Amino acid sequence: MSVITGLGVVAPNGIGVKEFWAATLAGRTGIAELDRFDTTGYPARLAGLIRDFDPIDHLPSRLLPQTDTSTRLALTATQHALADAEVDPAGIADYDMGVATANASGGFEFTHREFHKLWSRGPAHVSVYESFAWFYAVNTGQISIRHGMRGPSSALVAEQAGGLDALGQARRMIRGGTRLMVGGGVDSAFDPWGWLAHLSSGRVSLDPDPATAYRPFDAQASGYLPGEGGAICVLEDAAAARARGARVYGELAGYAATFDPHPDTGRPPALGRAARLALADAGVATADVDVVFADAAGVADLDRAEAAALRELFGARGVPVTAPKALTGRLFSGGGALDVVSALLCLRDGLIPPTFGTATVPAGYGLDLVLGEPRQVAVDTVLVLARGRWGFNAAVVLRTFQNRS
Amino acid sequence: MNRRVVITGMGVRAPRSPGKKEFWELLSAGRTATRRISFFDPSPYRSQVAGEVDFDAASEGLSPREVRRMDRATQFAVVCARDAVADSGLDLGALPADRVGVSLGSAVAAATSLEREYLVLSDSGRRWEMSPDHLSPHMFDYLVPSVMSAEIAWTVGAEGPVAMLSDGCTSGLDAVGHAAALIREGSADMVVAGAADTPITPIVVACFDAIRATSTHNDDPEHASRPFDASRNGFVLAEGAAMFVLEELSAARARGAHCYAEVGGFATRCNAYHMTGLKPDGRELAEAIRVALDQARLAPEAVDYVNAHGSGTKQNDRHETAAFKRSLGEHAYRTPVSSIKSMVGHSLGAIGSVEIAASLLAIENQAVPPTANLHTADPDCDLDYVPNEARDHHIDTVLTVGSGFGGFQSAMVLTRPRRTAA
Repeated sequence: MSVITGLGVVAPNGIGVKEFWAATLAGRTGIAELDRFDTTGYPARLAGLIRDFDPIDHLPSRLLPQTDTSTRLALTATQHALADAEVDPAGIADYDMGVATANASGGFEFTHREFHKLWSRGPAHVSVYESFAWFYAVNTGQISIRHGMRGPSSALVAEQAGGLDALGQARRMIRGGTRLMVGGGVDSAFDPWGWLAHLSSGRVSLDPDPATAYRPFDAQASGYLPGEGGAICVLEDAAAARARGARVYGELAGYAATFDPHPDTGRPPALGRAARLALADAGVATADVDVVFADAAGVADLDRAEAAALRELFGARGVPVTAPKALTGRLFSGGGALDVVSALLCLRDGLIPPTFGTATVPAGYGLDLVLGEPRQVAVDTVLVLARGRWGFNAAVVLRTFQNRS
Repeated sequence: MNRRVVITGMGVRAPRSPGKKEFWELLSAGRTATRRISFFDPSPYRSQVAGEVDFDAASEGLSPREVRRMDRATQFAVVCARDAVADSGLDLGALPADRVGVSLGSAVAAATSLEREYLVLSDSGRRWEMSPDHLSPHMFDYLVPSVMSAEIAWTVGAEGPVAMLSDGCTSGLDAVGHAAALIREGSADMVVAGAADTPITPIVVACFDAIRATSTHNDDPEHASRPFDASRNGFVLAEGAAMFVLEELSAARARGAHCYAEVGGFATRCNAYHMTGLKPDGRELAEAIRVALDQARLAPEAVDYVNAHGSGTKQNDRHETAAFKRSLGEHAYRTPVSSIKSMVGHSLGAIGSVEIAASLLAIENQAVPPTANLHTADPDCDLDYVPNEARDHHIDTVLTVGSGFGGFQSAMVLTRPRRTAA
């Protein structure tokens, strides 16, 4: 059994679990206007931005020249997660600890700078760090090095579904005998090129009002806003966690991934199947699910499809559904991981954070979307959903950990 | 958890290797396929040699629409996936799509397309800030390369777990190892897995120049990749892809499939040492080898052939030699070890899968492909590297390994399936 014992958060509306959770419950948003470069002429400029993050406050200076923003954020989140778990990696055998992170855009800003140097000044000006600051395995590698983790490690790419996949992968490694895994995802690509690349998805909201631009499941939904950051969790074998008297946020009880039929087939997407497989994996009936953290694309077609999948699983208004990511934007590989953090805090506090920004949910969706204020309920089982563009679906089931021996 | 996994189909594209037949002909003849870079003028770069693939998308059966949409690496992966499925003899339409998965590896993914789009958007590097005027609708596909595994899923009709692993230069081994894990745990019954990388583009050449990782034998491109030779001075960048069909053993047997090999064991470890550096002792690679053999329930003495990472950098070949000695003991001196990178170069994340293809063909042909360009002994590399000429050899078990930036060390054990029941 795999349990989660440590959380590290770097989110647009809070660095650190405490600050993030307070902001999430109070509706403090991290959505703001991009001010890192001149956005004149761009059709959109709102994003979920991490501000007040000075890497030198969090990381040794020697790591700064060799790391992209996204890696600095990932290393910071990892440090927080390990501190939160009160675990000292030096006290665990090196092969008994591994790292599984998801990544969507690599060290994009870093590599943009190196492309610029190469083409404006020549090959001799390309950084000695470019060969590893860019690639998608960078966060896994840097975390492994920083904390002496030599066990099975990997990096996964599945657009916004990757964060859940990484946690599923971490659980797979624990089942295979690894005692402790660091898992999750962090992304950031808000340099001028990265921003243009985001816009090329065709799904970014062009609404200039930060309060309404990303409102998942709203009748007026106009697209999503990209964000940066994410979350890193410490997962442990339950027996090992118990033996060291660790505080446990919850059990990662179920996980599954599916892929949609090609759009040309006309068959429905496979998000619902991912949820069913994850529930079966956890040995949980749909009736036992207390809340769903939705993927919440903010794109009408996709919202409708997710609502249909939830109706089919739970019946109309059969379960509370929420999407705190309206306050952060969609964080790519960080999104699923951050939702897992929210879900675990929801388990802990019995409070479902609301979906801010959304006002009117079409009646046809049949959704009990938590709006306005946090909802107080007894929560034992949470389902977290994520979709990645092109057809990736992932689902995770989290349960209260019964400290049974 | 006693489901066993076999490989029943393969497709490969490598330098001077438009398919598995030509690939094995090249390897078994000990011919090299590296050359002076022709994709762009390499003269401003420190390393000017590469393993290029002469790839004609149209004759490979890709439509103009597919070519416009897909990055070059994706194109490689798609044609290899088609080959692998055809080679397996599987009727994919007869399988439940939700039991079919994909596991694709790539280290730098859409690097070639990223550089092309960069030059358009930045006015050939003149601008840091960019205008959306010339923005391609496919730019997002290059920002987030999981579209590559999606394309494979569409190609083979997979609706089960679809994964992209990007573990740098061990991606090609790790993706196949991941596929085997998916089948073993019951998440899928069949997985199309492998890896592709097409990194021969200025930014990638420049980033390896910067750390002097690539070969400077520019005056002799055909003999620039010299694993285990005393005159080696870096790896030769290459492109390539290989994809496989992996199935559960009893299902493969039931349909009378040809089984190239069973994935007997797979393990990966990290050195937690340096993003690009290797400790000379080979400790973590040795551990990955030990665990992979243990999973396969084989003693080190069972290894008939070691398909080495053999990149041709000073530090890798020393590191790897130490790892073989540490994990295989005296047997390391007795078993043939070779690096096909001497012939086809190092296609980053793809090479692990290309080397699995070579390992399967070595079993198939009961012959060890040689290490080409090996003429001068290096006292740090004192194993039997099968210099320059292929060797007929009884091969039941191959150990294939990879090592990559980020500290990743992976090992896979492939065994010839016995005809008897499990």
